[in-house]
Amino acid sequence: MLAFILRRALQSIGVMIAVGIIAFTMFRFAGDPVNQMVAIDTTPAQRAEVRASLGLDDPVPVQFARYFINAVQFKFGVSYQFRQPVSALLKERMPATLELATCATVIAMVFGILMGIYSALRKDSFFAKVLQAVSLIGISLPTFLIGILLIYLFAVTLGWLPSFGRGDVVKFGWWTTGLLTISGLKALIMPSVTLGLFQMTLIMRLVRAEMLEVLRTDYIRFARARGLTTRAIHFGHALKNTLVPVITVAGLQFGSVIAFAIITETVFQWPGMGLLFVQAVQNVDIPIMAAYLLVVSLIFVTINLIVDILYTIVDPRLRATINRPA
Amino acid sequence: MTDAPIPRTPSLLARAIDSDIFYSFRRSRLTIVAAAIVFLLLMMALFAPVLVVQNPFDPAQLELINSRIAPLWTAEGQKPFLLGTDEQGRDIYSAILYGMRISLVVGVLGVSFAAVLGIGLGLIAGYIGGAVDSLIMRIADVQLTFPAILIALLIDGVVKSALGNHLDASTTLIVLVVAIGLSFWVQYARTVRGSVMVEKNKDYVAAAQLIGLPARVIMIRHVLPNTMGPILVIATINLALAIITEATLSFLGSGMPDTMPSLGTLIRIGNNYLFSGEWWVIAFPGLALASLILSINLLGDWLRDALNPKLQ
Repeated sequence: MLAFILRRALQSIGVMIAVGIIAFTMFRFAGDPVNQMVAIDTTPAQRAEVRASLGLDDPVPVQFARYFINAVQFKFGVSYQFRQPVSALLKERMPATLELATCATVIAMVFGILMGIYSALRKDSFFAKVLQAVSLIGISLPTFLIGILLIYLFAVTLGWLPSFGRGDVVKFGWWTTGLLTISGLKALIMPSVTLGLFQMTLIMRLVRAEMLEVLRTDYIRFARARGLTTRAIHFGHALKNTLVPVITVAGLQFGSVIAFAIITETVFQWPGMGLLFVQAVQNVDIPIMAAYLLVVSLIFVTINLIVDILYTIVDPRLRATINRPA
Repeated sequence: MTDAPIPRTPSLLARAIDSDIFYSFRRSRLTIVAAAIVFLLLMMALFAPVLVVQNPFDPAQLELINSRIAPLWTAEGQKPFLLGTDEQGRDIYSAILYGMRISLVVGVLGVSFAAVLGIGLGLIAGYIGGAVDSLIMRIADVQLTFPAILIALLIDGVVKSALGNHLDASTTLIVLVVAIGLSFWVQYARTVRGSVMVEKNKDYVAAAQLIGLPARVIMIRHVLPNTMGPILVIATINLALAIITEATLSFLGSGMPDTMPSLGTLIRIGNNYLFSGEWWVIAFPGLALASLILSINLLGDWLRDALNPKLQ
């Protein structure tokens, strides 16, 4: 078990180093950093000075080592557009994105599981068929169209919810939250529904399929034979076994929720990391792009690692295959 | 000796109509509707130049006098602008047809690029195996953890910083195709590699090796055709994803420029007029994009079930 965790952790570090090389290559070779940082009328001598102060004359491996050591300490250089350290910008934007992604995941899980259970237990009812059809449309509509549709309905036509921004936020040290004010909560509703919709349909389909599968197994038939109530069978026995893969998928999806927040944040002008990244792509702000790639990869890799380890702890069958000598 | 009549080989069309796959197509009403919509939209995009009232990509044909006209059936509607016009006097109907052309071209080229790249790497990985195989598959594993849209955005940003921020429309189109191709190759590579690993131990491959055919010929002429079923399904579903990706990139401002708008660009432009009541600028491009993607997805779902031997 320990050997497995170690090997898995080493693999994750390998992935991070690979991503680091890509980020460094972008940072160093895509366009000349000096050109981006100086004014047009800077003399060649001053340019050379900037070049030397950035260490761009050193051999490439030395530069990579320096970039790497800085990146490990979350120092990603200075943004070309904002002239501020990238790490400060990311730190300022991160709470907004994490809050949005968490809310979206919670919404997706609660409604996805409920709708999945319903459409498995009453699989021939009219409403279950409607849910299936809606889920297909939900997968087919691009995220930004859904967001615009919601804005048109609830902000433009009905005027119930704000169409952009985070509303009022409360500060706790460097963390900001919109969860404690009315306007913050109202601003959170539409973005998190938009972001969670795809995950919700995914979870709904997964729960439905798993539940239908579990309901056919022998131990459920045995539970019926024992005369347990339908409710106890469905929610006590069947649901418990359905939820293991669902939680795994939801966990693994959290990374892509953060990445897909790029789109939602642009539609709703949500001041998070994704909006920062889109603006960086438009303005060719390479330090921000590289840093975003590194931070998001770190989140991805960490989640994958945790889910993998948890999975082997939860599911004894996997432990058996791991301990077997290869 | 009696002359037994030699059965005539049925024509290709007759065989197609008689096939299982056509039968399952006829049986599903939803699939027929989806196919009809895809066909209609394809034809509209193909024959766009003769179906439109103006060339929306030609600034000389746009007149500001015609700006912000509501659709024809409303009180403020004006001929010949069936679906109204935008702020620059661009006819929405014409812009949708031309925009759909771009969306389809980028989608089809992107998917083809991804398929060629993925199939090639998958064949190499599966047939050669060893260190080459593990290298290709490790890269695939790492890439698979990142959503395609993130990779496409990164590629787009890097190309822009290498070539300059203001690219002309046709270069942008190529950049989009490359970005989409590089984001979607993994699935093809994995599928082809899996099939190749199964196929390469079969007798016909051994026979081909025995008569001295080079590995390249065996891979392309003999092994590849046997892996095509699943590839076709992935390509159909990927086409919808590629069109979504292109639309999203254009919506985010990293795709097609305003002068040569795709459906995503039209939606981004329309989004600016959401609050001023000009709903038609965004509603019709959005509707066109949604029906295109939904129909392709339905076709892909049907194809997956029809080609799946487990369900027959």
